[in-house]
Amino acid sequence: MATSSINVPNAGPVAGSRSFLSRLRDGDEIARVVTFLFAASVVLISLLLVVELWMQSTLPRHKFGFSFFLTRVWDPIAEQFGALPFIYGTLVTAAVALLIAVPLGIGAAIFLAELAPQKLSDPLQFFIDLLAAVPSVIYGLLGVFFVIPIMRQWVQPALKSTLGFLPLFQGPAYGIGFLTAGVVLAIMVIPYIISVSREVLLSVPRDQREAALALGSTRWESTWKVVVPFARTGIMGSIFLALARALGETMAVTMVIGNTPTISASLFSPGYSIAAVIANEFTEATGDLYLGALIELGLVLFLLTFILNGLARLMMLLTTQRGSGTAQA
Amino acid sequence: MQASARPELSVNLRPTGIANTSRETVAPSSMRMNISKVNFFYGTKQTLFDINMGIATNHVTALIGPSGCGKSTLLRTFNRMHETVRNARLEGEILLDGQNILSQDVTQLRRRVGMVFQRPNPFPKSIFENVAYGPKINGANAPIAEIVEKSLRRAALWDEVKDHLHKSAYELSGGQQQRLCIARGLAVEPEVLLLDEPCSALDPISTAKIEELLVQLKDSCTIAIVTHNMQQAARVSDYTAFLLVGQLVEFNPTPQLFTTPTDPRTEAYITGRFG
Amino acid sequence: MTARLRWRKLVSGFMLTMTGVCALVAVSVLFFILGYLVYNGGTSINWDFFTKLPTPVGEAGGGMANAIVGSAKLLLLASLFGVPIGFFGGIYLAEFSGQKVAFVVRYAADLLNGVPSIVIGIFAYALAVLPFKHFSTLAGAFALGLMMIPITLRNTEEFLLGVPRNLREGSMALGAGKWTTIVRVVVPAAYRGIMTAILLALARVAGETAPLLFTAFGNRFWSPGLNQPTASLPVVIYNYAISPYDDWHRQAWAAGLVLLGLILMVNIIARVILSRGVAVPRS
Repeated sequence: MATSSINVPNAGPVAGSRSFLSRLRDGDEIARVVTFLFAASVVLISLLLVVELWMQSTLPRHKFGFSFFLTRVWDPIAEQFGALPFIYGTLVTAAVALLIAVPLGIGAAIFLAELAPQKLSDPLQFFIDLLAAVPSVIYGLLGVFFVIPIMRQWVQPALKSTLGFLPLFQGPAYGIGFLTAGVVLAIMVIPYIISVSREVLLSVPRDQREAALALGSTRWESTWKVVVPFARTGIMGSIFLALARALGETMAVTMVIGNTPTISASLFSPGYSIAAVIANEFTEATGDLYLGALIELGLVLFLLTFILNGLARLMMLLTTQRGSGTAQA
Repeated sequence: MQASARPELSVNLRPTGIANTSRETVAPSSMRMNISKVNFFYGTKQTLFDINMGIATNHVTALIGPSGCGKSTLLRTFNRMHETVRNARLEGEILLDGQNILSQDVTQLRRRVGMVFQRPNPFPKSIFENVAYGPKINGANAPIAEIVEKSLRRAALWDEVKDHLHKSAYELSGGQQQRLCIARGLAVEPEVLLLDEPCSALDPISTAKIEELLVQLKDSCTIAIVTHNMQQAARVSDYTAFLLVGQLVEFNPTPQLFTTPTDPRTEAYITGRFG
Repeated sequence: MTARLRWRKLVSGFMLTMTGVCALVAVSVLFFILGYLVYNGGTSINWDFFTKLPTPVGEAGGGMANAIVGSAKLLLLASLFGVPIGFFGGIYLAEFSGQKVAFVVRYAADLLNGVPSIVIGIFAYALAVLPFKHFSTLAGAFALGLMMIPITLRNTEEFLLGVPRNLREGSMALGAGKWTTIVRVVVPAAYRGIMTAILLALARVAGETAPLLFTAFGNRFWSPGLNQPTASLPVVIYNYAISPYDDWHRQAWAAGLVLLGLILMVNIIARVILSRGVAVPRS
């Protein structure tokens, strides 16, 4: 029978614990320290990231201050940098994306969670997970060669002729622009909404739905008026998650949005997003102010996604509490 | 078979303080529901065998038996809740007021035959909205607020919540939540109310309140209750059905079943020899 | 049946059908993308594609050998950087750490995971390009490795925690120390889950373009060593797709097909392996 150590002068303060020496000999202490260093490096790296973003954007922050966020002008030659067109473009494309993706995504999640038998629901979810693994540049490829021509030839003219009285759908329609970028983004974020919402819906206690049915509800009524509201916090979380993804999306957006710093009411207008301008102009940026301005945009993007992800996590936490049945509604 | 061997049967045959007016030793002629030749299957496994019984109008019928005997399964067929499970299959006939429930529209049926579940399961809405849910979707012929108040009164909950109707249902205690679920079920004015072990998750005081409630309710409603607590069945019900491994062993007026059971298995169960 | 009930049942049937349509639309996008890529790029996948270098701008022909090798190099280096940090960090969280430290480390990992990839690129630029004043494979690998850390860390921790207590106790009861137990018992028990998590992390960063745009940058030729800018599949796809040349478009489709095919294959293999016994890791 193996003994834990050979010579142990004192066995240590707690009965049964091994002495420092024997732990050391077995490599336990070293292992603890080394693995701790690796874990700590993760914390260090994330701190460093925030610090670098902050420090590298010092120049434009001092020069422009808060007006950075309110200026429309982006003129590298005159060294005037305003973030407004990019913030506008980021928000507009994200809004379009959510308007399309949220109903579709929640609808699909309802189908997968409430209606489809498990033998159908699981494989379908598998495909949805694969969809989430498709890289951005591939969506961009499809965006350039498939979505843009369809928008230009069919969708945009149709929208113009039916809803053209709205400023949203006016102006020349080349196929690129806010709407197209929003559509491509929608396709990209749907899998996230579906996966998370489906999981949340599946975790709603059975007897909620049964109680609704027992009161004479139709299947849709029990789903829409009882199960979905029960899961609403988690579903909100999935939407925040999707939004965070949409905001940070770079390649697919820059390939279809038109890359022009314009603010326009029309969804057909070309525009720019924060991620797209960084991607396009970073390597061409001459001068520290120019580069700093781009990095400051990166900082803005980081903060936005940080807050959204934090909110999403909070919502998921609240959902799991609710599921135990005794939390607040 | 001496009285001293079953002391527990000589106490609490009547709910405390309530006059026992409607107990009869002969079955009344009106059965709200008739269950005949019911067999039930989960996939290939049969769990109920040739059940024949009735639910008497304006009386309380209890289904008792050891765990796994099929009493909840049987209860859930009365409002076709078994259809929410994929492999469940029912054979036989269940009549509500003479009409086969299996050929009726299920949504309509469930308005007429309501259910209260084992664990309180209020919706994540306010107290008011919970009770109002049923009338709102089914259409109401009186103002919703009136219906809500009436139902909460019938469930003996009104006085406790009347000033807090818009608070979340989850702020109520377990016993209150269950009475809320009863109120919610009553709000659609069902003809029959099914209760599946409604007190098993509750403390004794809440249990007593609900038992009192059931005795009062039966004047306006027909009640069927599943319980694993024999004394509760003896306290509350007028008729008792004893099930054992999916078979209906005995179905008789409660006083008779508990004092002079006709089947030796019934006697073995109620004297605690197994269960 | 009243008219009201009839209407409600109609609405119910309609809405439920619509949800099925939504699910169908979502799933069919995947097959559509694959089909479109096969249709447009399938014919361009030939021997040249894998072995030749790009031809001068505007000239037809050529291939993506340097991009393929470049991507492979980047991924290898990224794993060498990101996986150990995630793996050993995960071991610390699962086996050694207390609650508070664990919370902080997990929080940092989740933060890193949620950072948009373009911002990771900025960070990698600041640390690995600026000080050396040139783009490099190392810088690109650094950026990609950063993205692999959170996935590896969280999944390692989760799978290690999933190993039953009595396995550890059995080992320690035989006199093995904690580290020995970890190395010889716990990690092997969680091996499958951790391996597939690493594969999934790889598949994820294999398709990343944005962080490479200003770290590895790009290269029309071979990139010997680690210190020069290098071509990579995703960046080449991007550049070719937005170019005005049809031949480059054709090659972009082929490259897209190859890239997506590999990524999906890794995903499918990883998930299938895992579904035999262990839960799918989060990404």
